[in-house]
Amino acid sequence: MSLLEARDLSVTFGGVHAVRGVDIAVERGELLGLIGPNGAGKTTLVRLLTGAVRADAGTIRFDGHDITRAPAYARARQGLAMTHQLVRPFRDMTLAENVSLAAAHAVTARPLAALLRTGRGAARRRAGELLERLEITEFAGRGAATLPLGVQKRLEMGRAIAIEPRLLLLDEPLAGLNQTEAARLADLIATLNREGLTVVLVEHNLAEVLRIATRLLVMVEGAVLASGAGSEVMRRGDVRAAYLGESRAGTGEGRGARG
Amino acid sequence: MEAYILSLVVFGALNVMLALGLNMISGFCGQISLGHAAFYGTGAYAAALLSISGLPFAASLALGALVAGALGLVVGFATLRVREDFLAITTMGVGFLFLGFVRKQEWLGGEFGVAQIPSPLSPLGFAVLAVGGALAMVALSLHLRRSWMGEVFRAVAADEDAASTLGVDTARYKLWAFVLGTACAGFAGGIYAHVTGLIVPDAFDFIQSVTILAMVVVGGIGSTWGVLAGAVLLTLMPELFRFVNDYKLLIYGALLLAVMRWSPSGLAGLAALVRRALRSSPA
Ligand SMILES: Nc1ncnc2c1ncn2[C@@H]1O[C@H](COP(=O)(O)OP(=O)(O)OP(=O)(O)O)[C@@H](O)[C@H]1O
Ligand SMILES: [Mg+2]
Repeated sequence: MSLLEARDLSVTFGGVHAVRGVDIAVERGELLGLIGPNGAGKTTLVRLLTGAVRADAGTIRFDGHDITRAPAYARARQGLAMTHQLVRPFRDMTLAENVSLAAAHAVTARPLAALLRTGRGAARRRAGELLERLEITEFAGRGAATLPLGVQKRLEMGRAIAIEPRLLLLDEPLAGLNQTEAARLADLIATLNREGLTVVLVEHNLAEVLRIATRLLVMVEGAVLASGAGSEVMRRGDVRAAYLGESRAGTGEGRGARG
Repeated sequence: MEAYILSLVVFGALNVMLALGLNMISGFCGQISLGHAAFYGTGAYAAALLSISGLPFAASLALGALVAGALGLVVGFATLRVREDFLAITTMGVGFLFLGFVRKQEWLGGEFGVAQIPSPLSPLGFAVLAVGGALAMVALSLHLRRSWMGEVFRAVAADEDAASTLGVDTARYKLWAFVLGTACAGFAGGIYAHVTGLIVPDAFDFIQSVTILAMVVVGGIGSTWGVLAGAVLLTLMPELFRFVNDYKLLIYGALLLAVMRWSPSGLAGLAALVRRALRSSPA
């Protein structure tokens, strides 16, 4: 049984059919690269899976449970975590506070316990470890809104990992990072995956995706165009055409500054 | 003179309770409310009627807070899906609904309100009770801010959707904020009813709601000590300057806008600025 299985997912915004009849299965332990030109519906698919957006049609099963109608927080508690393409830190909190809040998920899941408890120790320690792994410890005490984009991207990741997910959906975590930083973060994603975390990686930085992904899924115009091993998928004519159709975005260059 | 001072102390303390309660909802949790007076009124009416029906004072106070908190839960539930501007308008509507309802109810005394509410304490006794209650709410407020619930409130205020992707049931937390904040108002209402012995609907009108909001904003939204100072300041202002009373809505409205425009963190923000200036200037 796949860890996550979505059937026939569709959603329309106004007149835009952002995701149309997508079938997707994420296998346990894989690092699935999800690529596609701008506007292909990658972000929308991620948001459908985590519950930020409700599907007009289709079903989603996570670890055998039907979560189609479950709210976002319930899916997060079951082990679905995501990062936002456009970073969304809690702006008036420090970096450490942002990640600590996520690390305290066992307490914050019960409001009464959250009301009674003040101790930050355990969550702080856990957050500290994550900041260390993400190599952003030096920014721990800084206000989240004042951080460089590259650090905010890693804050997103730290927060998502802190809830101890079984499936991590990353929406362009490498955008806004320079080449060295991107390579290091990609290494970390690969390491987390090897340690047992299943990952879906939405990314325009094809070089890094091809380097670390165990499988590739290509979306175009709201639908899945191709799926399979990276090198095979990239050889396909229709995939190349889809990419060439949109001004050489395929190299991932010139997109560095995008949030 | 002594009676005047004591009643000023009572009303100052009541305002502190009201402002701290609203601050839990709007300051800590980011849910703007323009109808806080409705919960003040609910607590006042409930406690008054219970006392008249023979219940002991302490029980009436507690139940008044409970009834107000219950109404807060209902209003919170009904407004879960509305945010920001719409929430402000909806809560304002709740205030008007409350007034409209109370004014038309025979059993609540209609326009004339409820009179002959028993007065179980001396003026000094009420002052001690009110100040004690206000201090308890300061303590609750300080604890809340330090607790994990306070931390979640901050996250909900900043970005509700991001908080829910971390497993936070944001709706439940917003309801907690509403219940805690409105119960504080209900408790204050109970004391108010017994202090004055007479309550009328107009005491819980829109001007009252704006006044409470002005205390929170002038003091510094989200800051317990700032809100405390704001409540005391705006209690004294109409006493020191008579004309303030006649133009309350105008003056408090203008004050609200001015603070939001030029000093969004209110007195607390100014205090922080001064502290920083003192620290950085060579002594
Ligand atoms: N909330 C929304 N309201 C209206 N239209 C939307 C919304 N979200 C996405 N869309 C539209 O849906 C389509 C898919 O967008 P989506 O952001 O999912 O693409 P994407 O593959 O993530 O693109 P990118 O690579 O640029 O991030 C686009 O046409 C977009 O304009
Ligand atoms: Mg996207």
